Amino acid sequence: MISIDCELAGVPLVNPILAASGTFGFGKPYADLYPLRKLGGIISKGLTLTPRFGNSGTRLYETPSGIMNSIGLENPGIHAFLEHELSEMTSHGTAVIVNLGGGTIREYTEGAELLTEASLKLRSSGKRAVDMIELNISCPNIKEGGLAFGVENEQAQEVVRAVRKATTLPLLVKLSPGARDLKEMARMCEAEGADGLSLINTIQAMAIDIRERRSVFDRAYAGLSGPAIKPIALRMVHQVARSVSIPVVGIGGISSAEDILEFIMAGAAAVQIGTYNFINLRAGDTLAEELMELMESEGIQSLDDIRGII
Amino acid sequence: MALVIQNVRLAHRIYRLTVQGSYSARMGQFFMLRCWDAYPVLSRPISIHNLTEDSVSFLYRVHGTGTWLLSALQAGDKIQLEGPFGQGFPKPQGRTALVGGGIGAAPLLLAAKEIPESSVYLGYTGVPFAVNGFHEISRNVTVKSGGTIVDAVDPSRYDTIFACGPVAMMRSLAQKAEGTNAKLHVSIEKRMGCGIGACNSCTLTSAGSSRKVCTDGPVFPAKEVNWNDLHRL
Repeated sequence: MISIDCELAGVPLVNPILAASGTFGFGKPYADLYPLRKLGGIISKGLTLTPRFGNSGTRLYETPSGIMNSIGLENPGIHAFLEHELSEMTSHGTAVIVNLGGGTIREYTEGAELLTEASLKLRSSGKRAVDMIELNISCPNIKEGGLAFGVENEQAQEVVRAVRKATTLPLLVKLSPGARDLKEMARMCEAEGADGLSLINTIQAMAIDIRERRSVFDRAYAGLSGPAIKPIALRMVHQVARSVSIPVVGIGGISSAEDILEFIMAGAAAVQIGTYNFINLRAGDTLAEELMELMESEGIQSLDDIRGII
Repeated sequence: MALVIQNVRLAHRIYRLTVQGSYSARMGQFFMLRCWDAYPVLSRPISIHNLTEDSVSFLYRVHGTGTWLLSALQAGDKIQLEGPFGQGFPKPQGRTALVGGGIGAAPLLLAAKEIPESSVYLGYTGVPFAVNGFHEISRNVTVKSGGTIVDAVDPSRYDTIFACGPVAMMRSLAQKAEGTNAKLHVSIEKRMGCGIGACNSCTLTSAGSSRKVCTDGPVFPAKEVNWNDLHRL
């Protein structure tokens, strides 16, 4: 019997397929299209303590085999999330991970405290709550904080340490491909008590409107995602998975069962589907099934049998 | 996957694609279309032009790679449709006008079918296209080639106006409708990633709050539109 259920930082998942932050809202947009319990888990749109309107101008641009985005962490804020979104987000029968963004250390820690407090309260009354926090120190599209925290090790350490103190929930740290020394940053996160790492976030990129003689994006640069970045993400996951003993969640252009197996073989404990959710609005409906079929044809009984074999 | 029944070239870069299937949709809604595998990455949001018991049709202009690939489709080819999405046009009140500029005529045919007593104004920069369908429904169709169709519309004669077309056309119609009782609703086009409200790329600001063209629109009351959000696609 082929098994694809797994565990991530103590949270059981029916399969290793998570919907990546920023591509899935809070689950609602896709819930009409297929049952979200078919996914291992869903990760919220990046949330900040206070609401954000996001960036002006063009927010999305297509490139060969990829897309660039400059959304700028548009979100309703953590208070509104807890009040209006959380109960529905936890109703789908799948794990719920909240992606936490911020501009200052205080913003991160207050956000983590609010999420933790609300979750413990819900859980003590027998209700489902947030299963895990994914700490976003790598958004390339906001002015203050964001990517800055994800590049320099010292700055990242300060955030991870502060948020670790602020929450008892399992903590994933989402790393940036722009980190000065990715392996060093991964080891630092582990030492500071992170329960897992997810990588990679989008790669900072640029497009120019030659007719207007300006960057396509108001903020000049934007984050590149999609199949174009998969080989880079795979290499980084491979490097990091060999450098730490906490689980690594692979992200970057994954759009097939073959891609999932590649990431697992590179050492990933689980994977996130991002841009592919836009390419195939029902991605979560079919990927787990295709993964089982592929494993059967490859004679793989369990993901553990192949994890990190490369 | 659905089956293409017909894909006809109506004018330079303008096509009408008819796809088999029974769909229930409201005027002004759209589908996400794709007939390719990996490239381009995203599906294309295209508004519904017409619906019959067993087909849905789309009027589109070839603008980039996606629509160019759509234009190569032939009867019998397969296409992927997701939808219908969006809110579409609201229920009209009183005397109604439909104002389309160029490819903006696309979502108005279904509106004309639902409101056959409406007055239709269609403006084109070159040779008019897709006009016959409107003549079959409405006795009051004004077609203009060159200039702006807004000159032909007197908003004070209407209670409801639905418009779709270039931003400059809709903006000037909105200015003309100011001070009249006409409630103007415009169909907005913005770059979309998913079409279902997940990616936040088609956001626009209106009255200080953030709205999504895909799920809150694509039709908005003109008074709520911040035209400066729409300068580039």
